[in-house]
Amino acid sequence: MDTKSEIIAQFKQVAQEQDKRLAPLTDDLALLDSGLDSLCFAIVVARLENSLGVDPFSDDEDARFPVTFGDFIRFYENAAK
Amino acid sequence: MKMPRNNTASLWSAIIASGNLSSHLWAGPEANASWGELAQASILESRPGELRNQSVLIATLHQFSSIAALIELDGIARRIVLYPHDLSKEHIQYVAETADVDFVVTDRPDMASLLPQSCRLVRSGRAIVPANIDRGNPIETEWILLTSGTTGHPKLVLHTYATLAGDIDRADPVVWATFYDMRRYGGLSIFLRALVTGSSLVLRAPQESSPDLVARAALHGVTHFSGTPSHWRSVLMSSAAELMRPQNVRMSGEIADQAILNHVQQQYPQATVTHAFASTEAGVVFEVNDGLMGVPAEIIESSSRVELKVKNRTLRIRSRRAALRYLDKGSPSLKDDDGFVDSGDELELRDGRYYFAGRRDGTINVGGFKVHPEEVEAAINRHPEVAMSLVKAKKSPITGALVIADVVLRLPQSGSSNSVAVQSDILRFCRRELAPHMVPTAINIVPMLAIGEAGKMVRRNA
Repeated sequence: MDTKSEIIAQFKQVAQEQDKRLAPLTDDLALLDSGLDSLCFAIVVARLENSLGVDPFSDDEDARFPVTFGDFIRFYENAAK
Repeated sequence: MKMPRNNTASLWSAIIASGNLSSHLWAGPEANASWGELAQASILESRPGELRNQSVLIATLHQFSSIAALIELDGIARRIVLYPHDLSKEHIQYVAETADVDFVVTDRPDMASLLPQSCRLVRSGRAIVPANIDRGNPIETEWILLTSGTTGHPKLVLHTYATLAGDIDRADPVVWATFYDMRRYGGLSIFLRALVTGSSLVLRAPQESSPDLVARAALHGVTHFSGTPSHWRSVLMSSAAELMRPQNVRMSGEIADQAILNHVQQQYPQATVTHAFASTEAGVVFEVNDGLMGVPAEIIESSSRVELKVKNRTLRIRSRRAALRYLDKGSPSLKDDDGFVDSGDELELRDGRYYFAGRRDGTINVGGFKVHPEEVEAAINRHPEVAMSLVKAKKSPITGALVIADVVLRLPQSGSSNSVAVQSDILRFCRRELAPHMVPTAINIVPMLAIGEAGKMVRRNA
């Protein structure tokens, strides 16, 4: 599975487990409007570390945090390169 | 500029002494007032003087109501218990009995039926009204803060105005904001800094998100902002971060890692980024301003106001900011014979700096929420197919840590699909029994767990 589909799958999976209503995942969706809270993001990042083998949040201490869903995908795509 | 330390006895006299009565408390729509208004007002629907020398528990939904009641009663009531609104209401009977509570100030109808019969109810209004309160013969009110305990009940920690605010230096007024709730130590210490220095203060309204609070604080010209590293990570992941330009960003409540210190400094190049160590029991212990994680050894070894030492790898603190004792019957002493509080935090010394290496009791800090592994293990072990379990921390760049569990089943599973089904069933079970931050984010089925020589499970964090 490519990075984007894996991220989408994890967002949906965690939202369902945590009983959150997930907003439509468009590129310009602000992450904090996605319906997921900090705990959900922490779980998504941990699961993506397992499935994609990267954790850009920990690997680069100076990278700018993503703000939109599109930023989030690029954050992982760049880390995987 | 350092001015004389403030030695006033109550919140009311501290407001008057600050001389800055027009600075404001902003706690949401229809929940704001100047310190001057708060000093001359009442929010309680009770006869004046009725609460003098009584033990009073404050359990309101809104922080604003708790603050107004606290200012009204400090120096008058014998004891004030601050009940955080996010603390489960099932603890109220234990807390009320342990603190010999005579009166409960609340705007929550659901509280009344849970109280011991000896408690009388005082309704708090929605707004303050001007009142002339008799401030003659003030007494030193005991303040009771609640902190999470290992047994399931919160612990009752005794402070006074002197331990909480006696060490705050007068300073020029600024505009503070905090993500913390002022009914817990972290928020209360920011509230007191603002009050003593005559600064304005922006607090969270009920249900308000962190980005919304940031936007509101920006409107009020926030200069000093305090929260956990997890709060700051969520701010940096929102466009609200751009709305303000704080001079000081303060982190506490969790270990600040180098990434979050760098990120905040990048976002606010003009700001001093501080990470502080404080606890309900020990008070504010130290602050680090050099932009690096960990603590310079000289802070531990030669602190002026607070005495620190590292014994058996854990940090011990002797300080006049420390709490006086626990109220709970049969609870261990809060200080050792020499007056040191054992923080339970393990430190490692590397190259002239101390680094936090977790908690001796294995407590896991998930975004500022403390999780006791034993409590989670007890829930997992109630699942009919589980023989035993070990709960531990996994590092997270978002919440500092997450909870994970190794589980040994009663009967070995025959196929991988079976064990996936059991894993999801245990997780469903945990979600029913536990608060969200306590639920393991991964369950690993393992054949056995290591047992140490004393017959206890070997605990080591991932």
